[in-house]
Amino acid sequence: MKTTDAPAPAPVKERPAPARPAKEGTTLNVFSHGMLVLWAVMVVLPLVWAVMTSFKDDASIFRSPWSLPDKLHFDNWSRAWTEANMSDYFLNTVLVVGGSLIGTLVLGSMAAYVLARFDFPGNRFVYYLFVGGMSFPIMLALVPLFYVVNNMGLLNTIHGLILVYIAYSLPFTVFFLTAFFRTLPTSIAEAAFVDGASHTRTFFQIMLPMAKPGLISVGIFNFLGQWNQYMLPTVLNTDPDKRVLTQGLVQLAVSQGYKGDWSGLFAGLVMAMLPVLAAYVIFQRQVVQGLTAGALK
Amino acid sequence: MQHGKYRFIVGFLALPLGVYALFVVWPFVQSIYYSFTDWTGLSPDFKMVGFDNYSRMLDDDIFWKSLWHSVLFALLVPLVTLGLALFLSFMINVGGRHRRGGPVITGVRGSAFYKIVYFFPQVLSIAIVALLFQFAYNPDSGAINSLLRGIGLDGVQPLWLGDPDLALWCVTGVLVWSTVGFFVVLFSAGMASIPADLYEAALLDGAGRAVTFFRVTLPLLWDTVQSGWVYMGILALGAESFAVVQIMTTGPGGPDYSTTVMVLYVYQKAFRDGQAAYATTIGVALLVVTLAFAALVMRLGRRERLEY
Repeated sequence: MKTTDAPAPAPVKERPAPARPAKEGTTLNVFSHGMLVLWAVMVVLPLVWAVMTSFKDDASIFRSPWSLPDKLHFDNWSRAWTEANMSDYFLNTVLVVGGSLIGTLVLGSMAAYVLARFDFPGNRFVYYLFVGGMSFPIMLALVPLFYVVNNMGLLNTIHGLILVYIAYSLPFTVFFLTAFFRTLPTSIAEAAFVDGASHTRTFFQIMLPMAKPGLISVGIFNFLGQWNQYMLPTVLNTDPDKRVLTQGLVQLAVSQGYKGDWSGLFAGLVMAMLPVLAAYVIFQRQVVQGLTAGALK
Repeated sequence: MQHGKYRFIVGFLALPLGVYALFVVWPFVQSIYYSFTDWTGLSPDFKMVGFDNYSRMLDDDIFWKSLWHSVLFALLVPLVTLGLALFLSFMINVGGRHRRGGPVITGVRGSAFYKIVYFFPQVLSIAIVALLFQFAYNPDSGAINSLLRGIGLDGVQPLWLGDPDLALWCVTGVLVWSTVGFFVVLFSAGMASIPADLYEAALLDGAGRAVTFFRVTLPLLWDTVQSGWVYMGILALGAESFAVVQIMTTGPGGPDYSTTVMVLYVYQKAFRDGQAAYATTIGVALLVVTLAFAALVMRLGRRERLEY
């Protein structure tokens, strides 16, 4: 009968089981490698170009952007470091980020610990007040903030910038650390409390050391965010002597445009890029964990 | 643990909450209030003007341009970034050659290397990235046009940032370039936690790679993709687009307002034109757009959570 002989060859045709994935795998392997290499080149090429350009003189930058430097013009680098004030910008950035990173971690963990571990009226309200700050456009607050900071006499000061950095880093820090403190066991803190330690002492001597992995993750996240910050200092820190790295470079780009010192500018750019990239390659695992931890929660 | 509890709570919350309230919450509240005044920002005097700023905003052509560009950024940048990131991380995690006796699905060789390299732009400041590309886009001496000349395309020498029709796409490209790597790493971590027998079962049932991706990988990764979309959209509406447009474009926001975005327009109105009250009005519009965007993505993307 017609209907019975038809399905017979079908299983053979539909199931060339182990052979197909292997063959398909090879073509796919070539294709996927091709795409992956292409994107890797697109990421690396601009960076390599910047490093190369920072060692060339101005004439050859304009004549042939892709040629190798005729010799390594290290004077670009020394000119950028001293004459273009890169050393000052570095110092300002280190001061601001150092202060605000410590402040963010201390204040953030204090608030997060209380919110994670204690029941009190208004706990949820305070928590959502902090967390809500993550999705609000900062620019909206920046206009009045400029005048708040100005009235307090904190405009164009390092400590003023530190306070503002801390305030704007708190939403994510509190959000992340509250979740982290909740995962820590309660029994050890209770034992310490029974032994007569105060709440404050329990926090600093027992809970903070236990929270170290979380503090490292959120610390790396905040470090990069604050080191790379551009919008806040652009608005609140307009004194040329107090500029941070990102501002300084943008200003340098504007002023070098008039002076025509492109090689010095590229040296400055690379100078600002390399320490962060080097630190990333060394602490690769921690950095990736720190930056993706929040998004995975 | 009741002894001295409230004193402790108040003592620990006072400082963080105080700093946060003073520098974040209070300015937000103020800015909504200021949007109903005629405050210039330069003098302390102002009076209430009701909805004048809002009706002025609705008649402001530049505002509508900036709104359109911001909305475009919020929708397009995450779409391209997440699409590219999903594709690349899928290639990294399942594109490997099948070895006899090995697992059916394998990652490519050197996947760790790719993930390290792709992540580079994420650790750089968006300001530095913007400066770098500003030079790369330079029509005469920039890296891109000279690369085009180098491969024989002398006729194709666009003005890039100088061309009103191209400038916005140049900016979009930079935003995508700088964030794809982050999501590749994020999605790779998510894909690595999907059990291999799910893939093997799909392959045994005759599913190809594309079907596997859309029927197995994407649904299981959906939560991460969705929160990534919101996160990316908020960045594209706010700080990232401010830095990129303000640094890279002529004007900034030009040529001919072709790249202006809401966050830049707020900044220019407040700190360049001395119209602080009007700036906060645009800021309120930006807030509405941001919240509407987040609500929309969360609503459209709502699916049942898959357990595995």
